[in-house]
Order: sequence, then C-alpha cells, then structure tokens
Amino acid sequence: MDDRVILRVGTKFLIPFILLFALYVQFHGDYGPGGGFQAGVIFAAAFVLYALVYGLGHAKRVLPPLFAHTCSALGVMIFAGTGVVTMLKGGLFLDYNVLLHDPHHGQHWGIFSVEFGVLVTVFGVMVSIFYAFAGRRRDEA
Amino acid sequence: MDAVVDITVLALLGVTAVALLRIRNLVAVVMLSGIYSLLCAALYTMLDAVDVAFTEAAVGAGISTVLMLGTLSLVKREEKKPAHRPILPLFVVLVTGGVLIYGTSEMPPFGQADNPAHLHVAPRYVEESGHEIGMPNIVTSVLGSYRGYDTMGETTVIFTALVGVLLLLSTGPRNRRPWSAEERKADHDRAGTDPHG
Repeated sequence: MDDRVILRVGTKFLIPFILLFALYVQFHGDYGPGGGFQAGVIFAAAFVLYALVYGLGHAKRVLPPLFAHTCSALGVMIFAGTGVVTMLKGGLFLDYNVLLHDPHHGQHWGIFSVEFGVLVTVFGVMVSIFYAFAGRRRDEA
Repeated sequence: MDAVVDITVLALLGVTAVALLRIRNLVAVVMLSGIYSLLCAALYTMLDAVDVAFTEAAVGAGISTVLMLGTLSLVKREEKKPAHRPILPLFVVLVTGGVLIYGTSEMPPFGQADNPAHLHVAPRYVEESGHEIGMPNIVTSVLGSYRGYDTMGETTVIFTALVGVLLLLSTGPRNRRPWSAEERKADHDRAGTDPHG
C-alpha cells in the first residue's frame, strides 16, 4: 500500500459532494445555470478523480468500461426516444406540448427527459474517453 | 470596479499565454493551459455568460487537463526545440491576427440594445418563453425546447466523438492491434493475471 493517506481520505470525502453537486446542476437547470452537459461532465469528473487517486483498475471495477459505453449510446436513445414518444402522442418530433395534458407540464417533463439523455451520454463519453486515454499506459491499480 | 477586474483578468490571460509559449516543460504547459481555461471562465462570468463559464471550467480546466496529463505519460516531458526559424510562422500569425482585429472594428458595439443579435429571435425567447415553456431559466428553454433538434445533434456529435476515440485508442485484453510485441506481451500478462485489466 502506498502512503498517500491524506489524498485518499480527502478524495473519499470529496466524491459524494461532487456527485451531489452534479445532480444539483442537473435538476436545478430549470432555475439556475447548468444542465445535462455540465452535470454529465461533473459526474464524470468524480469517477476520473477516483481513478486518478485509486488507480485505473479499481475505477474500472467500480464503473466497467462497457457500462460507460452503454451510457453513451443510451443517452442519445433517451433524447431521440423522447421525440418518438411525442410523435406517437400525435405531435411533431420533440414537440413536448403533447406529452401531458397541460402543455407547461409537457414542456417541463420533455426538457427533463432530454436533459437526462444529455447527462447520460456526456457522462458515458467523458468516462470512456478518459479510460481510453489512461488505459494506454500500464495500469497502476 | 468592473473595469479593474476586467483588466486584471485580461492581464493574467496575457501573462499565462506568454508563459505557455516560453515554457518547454510539458507538465507545466498543461497546468498553465488549465489556468488559462479557468481565467476564460472568469471572463465569461463577467460577461454574464454563466452557462458557458460553467462548461469552460468543467471541460476546459477539468477534464481536458486530465486527458492531456494522461497523454503526457506516453510522451517525453520536455518539448523539443523547433528545427526551423520562426520567421514565417510569426508572419502568418501576425497577419491573421491583424485581419481578425481589423474584422472586429466592423462589429456592433458590445451590449447595445439594438444590436442584430438582440433583434432576431431573442425578444421572442425573452418575452414569450415564460408562458410558452414555463421555465425561469431561458437558456434551458432555448436549449431543450426551442432548439431541441440542435441539442440532439450536439449530443449525437459527442457520441460520435467517443466512437472515433474508441476506434483509434481502444485498449484492454481484447485489443487486437497492440503497438508492439512488448505491449502485446504486457497485455497478455495482464489478461492472464487480472481479468479486470
């Protein structure tokens, strides 16, 4: 074991707050700055920090690359799927007004859904690209 | 007060840029480019573009720096001295910069109410999005609803970027084209001893 105790304990202390902040940025995007893209990057940053301190091997056990790859594709599907749902409900592609009875609620949930899609894709892509770059050297886990 | 902060941040940007050019230690260069991004984020905040500042701080100063550090572990730490004289590149840079600065003289004054950018669709967003979309943050309404196609395109672009990176850099035990025989052996050993790679 290496002796970077302060780094390890400090990281453990920080990561929950980073994840929480990402969720805040995601769900508070209706009111303040931020949204799916920023939240996805911050969420990914928590895992990147974990990988930097605890090693790539451990990080890949927490978050397998296949999961990150799946997320990247899934987010685009959620986004486009929202558009398909609005079409099935009789509206145009990505016309959220028809999602629920009240157009305002429809818009709210429509934006919520596509922002969630953006979050999932950006998170998956950022983690996957980091794995691809960091995996080029010998693992230090 | 605003002017003081503006001048300070712009001066720091200039200092960082010059330092970036002069330093040959690549780790220092990466850290300085992170600082440059962070200063840009501060600049965007002062221009009231908090969403852009947020993205710049997270992507430019955060993830990009980590990715560049990851790349540094594969290359040498010192930048080589250029073999040729810098006269021609300097000339090209000066001319391009001059043209760009000349171009800004045609731009409308900053922050004026009747600038073209404020007359096209922006009034509709500012006045109508409250009861058309019902969200306090106009930026979110524009990105998510008015320009939903656009945002979907951007999300797809990000996904496509990953596909490109994975095609070029895909690693792990299942990597079919390692760079060298040594790497192939290392990959083989790793796959043999640690299934998680």
